[in-house]
Order: sequence, then structure tokens, then C-alpha cells
Amino acid sequence: MQGKGIRIENLKKRYGTGNTAVDALKEVNMEVAPGEVVGLIGPSGSGKSTLLKCLGAVIDPTEGRMILGDDVIYDNGWNVRDLRALRRDKIGFVFQAPYLIPFLDVIDNVALLPMLAGVSNEEARKKAMVLLEALDVHHRAFAMPSQLSGGEQQRVAIARGLVNRPPVILADEPTAPLDSERAMAVIRILNEMANKYETAIIVVTHDEKIIPTFKRIYRIRDGITQEEVGEGRNFV
Amino acid sequence: MISLAGRDILHTWGKFVFTGVGLGLLIGVTLVMAGVYRGMVDDAKVLLDNSGADLWVVQKDTLGPYAESSSINDDLYRSILSLPGVHHAANITYLTMQVHKDEQDVRTMVVGVTPGNLGVTPGWPTYLVAGRQLTRGHYEAVADIATGFKLGDVLKIRRNHYTVVGLTKRMVSSSGDPMVFIPLKDAQEAQFLKDNDAIWQGRYRTEANPAFNRPNVPDLLDAVIASQSTNSYVNAVLVTLKEGYSAADVAQSIQRWKRLTVYTRAQMEGILVGKLIATSAKQIGMFLVILAIVSAAIVAFIIYTLTMDKIREIAVLKLIGTRNRTIASMIMQQAVALGVIGFVVGKITATFSAPFFPKYVLLVPQDTIVGFICVILICIIASLVAIRMAIKVDPAEAIGG
Repeated sequence: MQGKGIRIENLKKRYGTGNTAVDALKEVNMEVAPGEVVGLIGPSGSGKSTLLKCLGAVIDPTEGRMILGDDVIYDNGWNVRDLRALRRDKIGFVFQAPYLIPFLDVIDNVALLPMLAGVSNEEARKKAMVLLEALDVHHRAFAMPSQLSGGEQQRVAIARGLVNRPPVILADEPTAPLDSERAMAVIRILNEMANKYETAIIVVTHDEKIIPTFKRIYRIRDGITQEEVGEGRNFV
Repeated sequence: MISLAGRDILHTWGKFVFTGVGLGLLIGVTLVMAGVYRGMVDDAKVLLDNSGADLWVVQKDTLGPYAESSSINDDLYRSILSLPGVHHAANITYLTMQVHKDEQDVRTMVVGVTPGNLGVTPGWPTYLVAGRQLTRGHYEAVADIATGFKLGDVLKIRRNHYTVVGLTKRMVSSSGDPMVFIPLKDAQEAQFLKDNDAIWQGRYRTEANPAFNRPNVPDLLDAVIASQSTNSYVNAVLVTLKEGYSAADVAQSIQRWKRLTVYTRAQMEGILVGKLIATSAKQIGMFLVILAIVSAAIVAFIIYTLTMDKIREIAVLKLIGTRNRTIASMIMQQAVALGVIGFVVGKITATFSAPFFPKYVLLVPQDTIVGFICVILICIIASLVAIRMAIKVDPAEAIGG
């Protein structure tokens, strides 16, 4: 991989100290290129969520390196002073449930991130509308989240994750609450968006319906990742 | 940047409005309490204004005639009139009592005023809203409209009946009782009038006393009995000054030569506000403190609950890069908005309910401004608990697992 995307080298995370220490991540190595969607698969307790929190700059890894685009953001310690700004500008999040802000309408749910980054309201809404159109939910731009279907809500959540054009998107089981048809639609959208905006997307899932759609996956077991490359159903 | 607080309020406006109305009623009670205190102070000032006096001459070493009982001879005013600087001096009596009209029974302050002229003789009602001033020496009354009496009504004070010939307004005692003005002689009689049995028993005792009932002095008993059934005392002498004379100098002169206590307007106001209503003021102050604490607790609880309901959203906001100060500002703005809604409701409630209170409630703009500032400060302080909780929310809570 050159230039952009995300690369993780020997990432470790230990909770606690001494006899009570637990190694949640023992050796994580990952590389996701711009425009690529990879799956992160593993059983409960394997370290998926811990890895996601480390990648999302929500918790501190114990050691290792993380390179985002051209920047080494973690090298046995954060090289970034403002992790909040890092999350806002460089990392997009898509959650299991859409977690839209219930008191903001659809367009402002998406436009909120650029607004937080200092973009004017008008400009932020323009950016949001472009994405809503790309995700085909622009006709619900001024509806409240509670008026949307589950699939529409998830598309709005994806638009929110993409609006600041982050080099990487972390999707935490984005298809879990959806039926097969809608789940496949979400994965298709993620692939389209990854291609369109040159974004590296890591999808954490144990949804067997969508696992075959990835060209490359990382399996994580007992805090150790293992890369698998294959076509379609070979992963299942 | 859009207003997150404003959007949240619009989204849950029903909850906000109902909470604001509840808080507003509490704030309304607080404003009315402050208004009751202001009303008491105003009643005291009105009492002094309406008396038209520059000096109050009372019994030596008393705080009369309003804060303590005072009794001085009714002929003292003549000698006061002779002192330099005194323009007018008039006797006056004050008696707080129930005045009867048919089956009605109204608590009033009966004021006995000296015959004279309006604007010249101190103690008279300064203006009328209906009827005329007292013109006869007996059995006429001018009543404050707050008594509910009307022109032509016949009142019963002690054993005598009085016809209401005039109505006045805002003539009240320091405790807010409306005044009824009657001629001085009638008021003096009313102050000391005993019931028939008491008079009879008094006469019997006097007759039985050999010192008063001497066989060789037949008129002595009649003279003693006559002196017992008349009252030559008044509560105070109201004095107005000639132009160019200092109230303090004339007061000093009266005190020195007549051995009486004299109060100037400022001193009398100090007695009424500082002593007579001081306890009530402290009582109201305590209520205001309690109401402020209760209001703060309610705002804190509501804002805390509203914030608890948004924990997941706050975690998401923090995860996507919202600053703590933006979230704190959102919570504080909501608390302030709640305070503003509450204050508006409270002010409206206080304004419209004030006239229905039996005592005068005076809502002054100064209290409104101070009240508003206090409400906003209370809301800001009350929001700190919720802000502290929101800042502690871990953005990782938004990520499952």
C-alpha cells in the first residue's frame, strides 16, 4: 500500500497490571488500502471491539505502530496531540445501530461533523446533501431520524461517517440489525463509497451473510490477527 | 454551528414546557413572596406619607404610635403649636380592631382625626375616590375601599354607628389593614369605651371606696366617676413644619421642653421597616432561601435526567469529535432555557395573581431583574452536576462489545 489507507504493525493492548493483566490484543497486523473494504471477523471476546477502540483513538494501545495515510499516528505512544480532532477529521464511524442524534434532522446529523470542524453551516449542509444524494436518502434530508426506516437510518449513518472524507472508516457490525437484502445493500454502498472516495473501510462483523462479499478478511482470535485472502464463500 | 441545545429543546418541547411551567409556578411564588415584603415596606411608607406629618410626637421613651403603644394628653398639641417652626399640630389616635357592618366583619385600623382642613391638618385622608371628607364632629366615617364598604353604609364601632360619607384608597396600616377615619372625639371614646357591666362595676367599686365617697363632700364621687368615663388621651401629635425649619431642630426643641419623644420621617421609617416588619422580612427571607434551594434541586434533577436520557448520543458526539465544552454548553444552555421559561411563567403568574392576595403585593422591576439573574445563576449551578456526568461519559460507550 502506498500513501494512504491504514497500516497497523504489532499492535498490543494490555488491560491491568501484574497478575491481573489481560492481553486483549497480542499481535495485530493489518493493512487496508484506500478504496478497499476488509472484514474483521472473530468470535466474542477475541479482541474485535478492543481493536476497534484502539483504531478509533478511543483507548490507548500498549505498544505498536499505526500509520494513517502518510502519518505515523501511534508509535508506542500517540504522535497526535488532539485525538478528538483526529477522530473528527481522519476517522469515520459507522455503528451497529445508526445512533443518529434524535433531535437533529437527517441533513444536520450528517452536516454536524463538518460544522464541528469549523465549516460554515451552509457549506456543511451542501457537503451533507452531496452524500445523501449519493446514498439515495436525499429525499429524507429534512426528516427526523425517528421517521426513517432502519435501512435509511443506516445509510444516513454511513453518510455521516463519510462526510469529512476520512481516509479510514471503522464500521462496527453495520448490518447486524438488518435483514439479508438490506445488509447486502449496506455492504454494496460501503464498497461504492470506498471506491468513490478512496476510503479504507474496516467492517467488524460476524454476520455470515456478508462475510463472502469481502475479498480480504482479517480473522482475530485471542488478540492475534491472521489475514485471509480469497474469493467469496472461501471465508465462511 | 447549529445550536444543539435549541434543537434538543424543540425536539422535546413538551417535556421542557411542562417542566418550565412547574418551575415557573415555584418562581412565581418566590416573586410573590418578594412582592409581599415590598408591599409591607410600601404600606409602611404609605402610612407615613398619608399622615402628612413631618414629626411624630409620642409618649416619652416609646416607639409609638405604630410600633408601640403611646399615650399623651390631648391638650399637649397646643403647647407644641407655640414652639418655633411648628406650622400645624394635630392629635391623632390609632386603633386596630374589627369593624362590623351587618353580618360583615372587617379588620381595620380606625384612625381618629382632628377636625380641620384637607392638606393643612395632618392625619386626614389625602384624597378621596368617592364622597366627601368628614364634616361633622360625630358618627361619620371615611373608609378605604379595601374594606369593601360603600358610601352610605352604616358601620358599628364599639356601641356607636357611623355612616360612610367618603371612600379613599391605599390608606393602610403598616400591617396592611385598611383604614377607617372617624372624628377624634369618637375615636378617643372608642379606645377606652367599656361595656355596660364593666362601667356599672367600676362605679360600684368607686362608690364603695371611702376615699371617693365622703359623706361631707357630695360632688367628689360624681367628679371621680366623670373622670373615669372620659378619655383625654391620644396616641400621638402629628406636626407639620414651617418652611425653612429643620425637622431635627424642631424635634430636639419639643423633646427638650415638653419631655416627649419626637421622631422625624426618616426615624419613623426606620422604626417601621427596621423594627416593626423586621421579623416578617426575616421570615420571608428564609422562605426565599428555601424556595431558591428547591428550585435549584428541581432544575438539577430535570437537567440530570434529561442528560441521562442522552448518554448514548453524548458518547456518539464525543466519539465523532465533539469537544467537551460544546457538550457542556449544550447542557448549560438547556438549563438556562429552562430557567428562562420558568421565569417568564413565574413572572406572568406573579403579575396576574398579585391582586388576589389579601395583603398588598408590590412587584418592582428591581426584584424582577435580581430574580432573573438569580434564576439564571441557579440554573447554571444546577447544570454543573449533569455537565460533570456528561464530561465523564466515555466515547468508547458508542462502540459496542
